[in-house]
Amino acid sequence: MAIATNGKQAAKAEKPSKIGGAATWADDRLGLATIAKKQIRKVFPDHWSFMLGEIALWSFVVLLLTGVFLTLWFKPSMAEVTYMGSYDQLRGLHMSEAYASTLEISFDVRGGLLMRQMHHWSAMLFIAAMFVHMMRVFFTGAFRKPRELNWVIGGLLLMLGILEGFAGYSLPDDLLSGTGLRIADGLMKSVPVLGTYVSFFAFGGEFPGDDIIPRLYTVHVLLIPGLLLALIGAHMLLLVYHKHTQWAGPGRTEENVVGFPMMPVYAAKAGGFFFIVFGVTALMGGLMQINPVWRFGPYNPAEVTAGSQPDWYMGVAEGLLRIMPGWETELFGFTLSWNVFIPGVVAPGIIFGLVLAYPFIEAWITGDKREHHLLQRPRNAPNRTAFMVAMMTLYGLLWAAGGNDILAVVFNLNLNYITYFMRVAVFVGPVIAFILARRWAISLQRHDQEALLHGYETGVIMRSPEGAYSERHLPIDPARAYTLTARDRDQVYALPSGEDENGVKAPGTRRNRLRAKLSHYWFAHNVQKPTREELEEAREHAEHELAMHSGGHQHMPAGDYLGDHELDGHPADGHQFDGRHDVHGEELRKH
Amino acid sequence: MSDRGNPNDSMPVPGNEDAAAHQHTPAVHGDPIADPGLPPHHPRPTDVEEHAERRAEKQVATMFGLSAVFALLFCVAYFALSVGEETDVWLGMGASNLALGVTLGMALLLIGIGAIQWARKLMSDTEIIEMRHPVASSQEDREAALTALGQGAEDSGIGRRPLIRNSLLGAVAMLGLPAIVALRDLGPLPGDALEHTVWKKGMRIVNDVSGAPIKPDEVEIGQLINAEPAVFFATDEEGEPVYEGHELQAAKAKAAVILVRMQPRDITPSAGRENWGVEGILCFSKICTHVGCPISLWEQQSHHLLCPCHQSTFDLGDNGKVIFGPAARSLPQLPMGLDQEGYLVALSDFEEPVGPSYWERGDR
Repeated sequence: MAIATNGKQAAKAEKPSKIGGAATWADDRLGLATIAKKQIRKVFPDHWSFMLGEIALWSFVVLLLTGVFLTLWFKPSMAEVTYMGSYDQLRGLHMSEAYASTLEISFDVRGGLLMRQMHHWSAMLFIAAMFVHMMRVFFTGAFRKPRELNWVIGGLLLMLGILEGFAGYSLPDDLLSGTGLRIADGLMKSVPVLGTYVSFFAFGGEFPGDDIIPRLYTVHVLLIPGLLLALIGAHMLLLVYHKHTQWAGPGRTEENVVGFPMMPVYAAKAGGFFFIVFGVTALMGGLMQINPVWRFGPYNPAEVTAGSQPDWYMGVAEGLLRIMPGWETELFGFTLSWNVFIPGVVAPGIIFGLVLAYPFIEAWITGDKREHHLLQRPRNAPNRTAFMVAMMTLYGLLWAAGGNDILAVVFNLNLNYITYFMRVAVFVGPVIAFILARRWAISLQRHDQEALLHGYETGVIMRSPEGAYSERHLPIDPARAYTLTARDRDQVYALPSGEDENGVKAPGTRRNRLRAKLSHYWFAHNVQKPTREELEEAREHAEHELAMHSGGHQHMPAGDYLGDHELDGHPADGHQFDGRHDVHGEELRKH
Repeated sequence: MSDRGNPNDSMPVPGNEDAAAHQHTPAVHGDPIADPGLPPHHPRPTDVEEHAERRAEKQVATMFGLSAVFALLFCVAYFALSVGEETDVWLGMGASNLALGVTLGMALLLIGIGAIQWARKLMSDTEIIEMRHPVASSQEDREAALTALGQGAEDSGIGRRPLIRNSLLGAVAMLGLPAIVALRDLGPLPGDALEHTVWKKGMRIVNDVSGAPIKPDEVEIGQLINAEPAVFFATDEEGEPVYEGHELQAAKAKAAVILVRMQPRDITPSAGRENWGVEGILCFSKICTHVGCPISLWEQQSHHLLCPCHQSTFDLGDNGKVIFGPAARSLPQLPMGLDQEGYLVALSDFEEPVGPSYWERGDR
């Protein structure tokens, strides 16, 4: 059975098919067959986590489709109009044309509200999926050589996606989005030397002016989507060129990729998945309300509502702004607003810079210049895993800090105390999370080692004639044992001798010393996979125990390893000990 | 350890062996356990049983068929249900929006689920092995490329003719200037625009909704009134508003104020501000000195004013001093008095810039 078995009629070979004719026509002009012959059956490995980036990709397509629909009615203008549409409560009010046309889309265009809500929901999905995809790539080490540049492209995509989301959020010119722009204006003004000019040039004069929405509209529908498209194209091309990473396992090596072909399996799976993402977005747009701008009213710089919140992906920036102490410096008659500049400009810059640079930092510490196509389990790179867990902790804390007023109301806490707590927690929390995650990962490594050397715990408790209890261990499945050992041994970077043979000091010694120290911290606590000799020794030890206690009886104090002569047999599947199955070599039930 | 990609090692040539030989290449050199190779393929029920295959085929076709039905229902809902003021029926979701979303969602979902069911049950699930090739080009190609590059550079003479190279670099760099200068008209220069508001001596402080002027006895102790300068409600000779559209918005973004009345004994005016209030009524800028949100959460008892955006808290009894949160500057106070008719008026503009700090603000 080679490919699909459902088709009852095979294509007739004697007559050239229509598809064949069309393909010939196209290839005569485009010459695509040379590329296509390799790519049509290109193999992709299968794992649920490889689908996360796909969610982001398809959400972007949904954004393009729904976004084009919205542009047919949206008017990016801040000219003042009097609303005369269907929504009673705002009729007769003065508002910008942008807000009025958003109301028109919501109330007077059939399907308009659905498209607006789908657009907003898919924007959330787009950014969320990029975040989760990025975490998957990070935790599994998929960013390592040769994929560092694709990591950087991905980081830029995330950054642009967030900017794009903010620009789109600002367009309806409702009270909430105008407040967001007001805060953006405050951030611009905090930039030393240039800030005031940046603000005046962005807004076409004093905030809010009448230029910002048309300008953001061009940024939102042309500039950033164009960049996103180009970068997504590059991201996908590199993915195809590098071939997808895969998990280690029997038959899966650094030199091959094992999985299903593009045509037909992934065409159906990925194509089908596009419809699923699109369909789920449509259901969300129909069933879950989002950004009901008609409730907020038109923008008025003198009004704001309590509990104002930005979209979730801005929560971190909001949290940073909220917990920053009110520091400001006067310098030769000029003002430096640390309280806004640090959280609004410096901190996001540092965080993004760190994320983009991470693959290069890690490769420098580990000195690893090899290509990697097999993924690493998070436990096998404890520092990397711990770093991301620390970042997630920081993200979560800042996110919570961005809703400190909501937390205060919901949990009946003192707002000021929450803020004071967060000011400390954003420094302490990630450190604690780092240490915990690192030790946890190392413990899991030890657990793997235990399983390799001493087998797994069957849950079968045995009592010796002396009355001692012990748990029976059996060797793990050979495929699993292979999978556990199919990873690199870590090599701590050794400090080159400080002087060469002529006694000349090597350049960059201090840097190397730092690197050696970091590399030691990075790897020293890792459990390396056992050698062939160690595995052999463990087996011999088990057999020795068996010989000492003949007949399968084991007289060891509980807690110590007890092997038996079945050590290289098959693993238990639960039926061995149920009393109804005769299992070859099974000793237990004979006594 | 795999030595692929390490330039110090001779490059292995994995491409020209056949895939089967590679199945047993250890993933990582020095593996203690040999690679058992891909497990054998287990046929699915649909691979071996005719009826299971038929059933899967029917399932897929049913899903595609149902999808078409939902697409038709979408069209029916589009024409049958109205939008507009009926947006609140059906749990506040609007019948039209709900029906359109559900029918469109189901039509799309059923295509997707059908396609994936097709792939999982009926398309081959035999895993295929494809070999990887080194990402880097071969050494010969690299050398050839470098040679070509060197040849090109040599032919251009860019290395031998620094005059041309440097003048070209200079010219291209200079093109950056037009690119920046051409953006000059994005907006006016700031000038001193941020230092002034529309407030001036004698301008009435009016209610921000009705535009009505305010007398001190209309303000109760503990009360907060959102107020604006009277000029926002004024009209010129032709009956047109003096401020409208974005000019009104920009003026409002600086001139919005709040009036609060406290017990006079709770107020500790700083030097020079003793006469800025009237009978315990004080007037402060409504624009937060942090990043410019309008502040309006008023705690009567403690006379603290809280910004709803980032929770900066100002003590209005103590000259608008920051007592909590990220703001660095006190809330500017508007000097206030009474006109001949007994209405509250400004005695002057604010004495310092309102709203968020900026570089040129300095110590004003």
